[in-house]
Amino acid sequence: MTITAATPAPVPAPPARRLHVGGTLAAWIGVAPFIAFALLFLLLPTLTVVIGAFRAPGGGFTLEHVAGLSQPRIVSAFWISIRLSLATAALGCLIGFIVAAAVTRGGLPEGLRSGVMTFSGVAANFAGVPLAFAFIATLGRLGFMTVLLREWFGFNLYATGFNLISFWGLVLTYLYFQIPLMVLVITPALDGLKREWREAAEVLGASRLQYFRMIAMPILWPAVLGTFALLFANAFGAVATAMALTGSSLSIAPILLFAQIRGDVLQDPALGYAIAFGMIVLTAVANLISILLRGRAERWLK
Amino acid sequence: MRLWSWLGFALGAVFMVLPLVGMFEFSLRARRGEYSLDAYRSVLGDPQFQATFAYSVVVAIVTIIAGVLLVVPTAYWVRLRLSRLRPVMEFVTLLPLVIPPIVIAFGYLRQFNTSSFLPLTGSARGTDFLLVMGYVTLSLPYMYRAVDTGLRTLDVATLTEASQSLGASWVTILSRVILPNLWPAVLSGAFLSFAIVIGEYVFAALLDRPAFGPYMVWVGGNRAYEPAALAVIAFGVTWACMGLLTLTGRLAAHHRAARR
Repeated sequence: MTITAATPAPVPAPPARRLHVGGTLAAWIGVAPFIAFALLFLLLPTLTVVIGAFRAPGGGFTLEHVAGLSQPRIVSAFWISIRLSLATAALGCLIGFIVAAAVTRGGLPEGLRSGVMTFSGVAANFAGVPLAFAFIATLGRLGFMTVLLREWFGFNLYATGFNLISFWGLVLTYLYFQIPLMVLVITPALDGLKREWREAAEVLGASRLQYFRMIAMPILWPAVLGTFALLFANAFGAVATAMALTGSSLSIAPILLFAQIRGDVLQDPALGYAIAFGMIVLTAVANLISILLRGRAERWLK
Repeated sequence: MRLWSWLGFALGAVFMVLPLVGMFEFSLRARRGEYSLDAYRSVLGDPQFQATFAYSVVVAIVTIIAGVLLVVPTAYWVRLRLSRLRPVMEFVTLLPLVIPPIVIAFGYLRQFNTSSFLPLTGSARGTDFLLVMGYVTLSLPYMYRAVDTGLRTLDVATLTEASQSLGASWVTILSRVILPNLWPAVLSGAFLSFAIVIGEYVFAALLDRPAFGPYMVWVGGNRAYEPAALAVIAFGVTWACMGLLTLTGRLAAHHRAARR
């Protein structure tokens, strides 16, 4: 996920002119290659998976595969995935909001802001396998911080029960791309808070807390919740980071699907379709919520 | 207030910087008792590294070229003639962010298997092609948005009419009028695509291609200090892509300002 530079002002549409491009059919031929591509490499593969989730072995419709999702192993994988996505989205939103608010509203030097935005662009894209390596090198048993804490402060991190290859270790690692994504998405919303609103509130005798609670938050919450849903979907679909960090010792839904595709670990090939379908449903709902809420939030940004 | 801001910023900064320091320090520890570049030497000298990295660079470049050839004419045409299609285009190009990549890859394996109507996974070349198409799909949201934003600043209809009245064909209009005006947008889409594709794991692993992502996972399971060195290299590549992206954005803004 990346946000690129601000969009320049659009050129006003010129009045309709007659162009020499032939009839309507010719117009559609112009987008035919794209339609063919989208059908072949995006829509049909997804449809194949969805249909597979509802097709009986001999053909015909069945709910058996989807019902198969109720196996304890699959339920627990989805449940870990959902908790992981909720935890990283919540913490990512909170910390990202604090950082974004500090650099946009907190009176910090102007140069800091562009630095934070550029760094966020990089960090939001620094996911996958190398990110897992960076965290193993930092918080693994022999990692930089683990050794530093032990040798300088006599504090044995791993004696406290901490383990990087665990649920909370994965949460920490995911936060590395969730926080910058929150910063990138929420900064425009924070910029949309007008100085006049704050001044008006102050003139009317509002305290800082009252301004935050009664003016800033009601305007910001659709954007914050929308980004929360976005971060949820972002974490839910991620697989490479978790694979490289934990091998397959922590069975989250995408890792279970990966293992199933590779070697049919669930004794029923059709269950792969059902897991994939479940993942589509969850990320689609999260994205839909995100789009609706962020669209609502944009009313204030004009 | 300012103190709290500094505290909030410091909290985020420490969390974001520590892993970078950690991976860098760890990557230097290969020799006992002293810092050295041994891990880098071992990684860069590994023929497997060279082969997989080169493979992924080639795949990334082909992905960018294919993506530009697909997206630029389409976005141009939709702006010029089919503006009622724009909501549909926005939706379709957003889908790769909504559907998890592993699900799309799973769909590929089913749809293009050896007994299907288009058995692409049957041959190495076919699978390479499928991998590129998968990456074009993954980068579609970024490429389309970048190009569409770039087109918004152009008066597409006037440019087209002017070119047509001078006798230009569609290919000439696209390659010599539209594309030169879109370079900053195309480049920003390209750098982003490169950053996504170079270390991608799921597609490459499931399609069983000898790419950089699966190689990194293999090293992670079999070596101690080399993974950290690989992480530093990967981070450098991401920085380079994002730096170039910011730079093209600034150059474009400068260029526009100079034109006015």
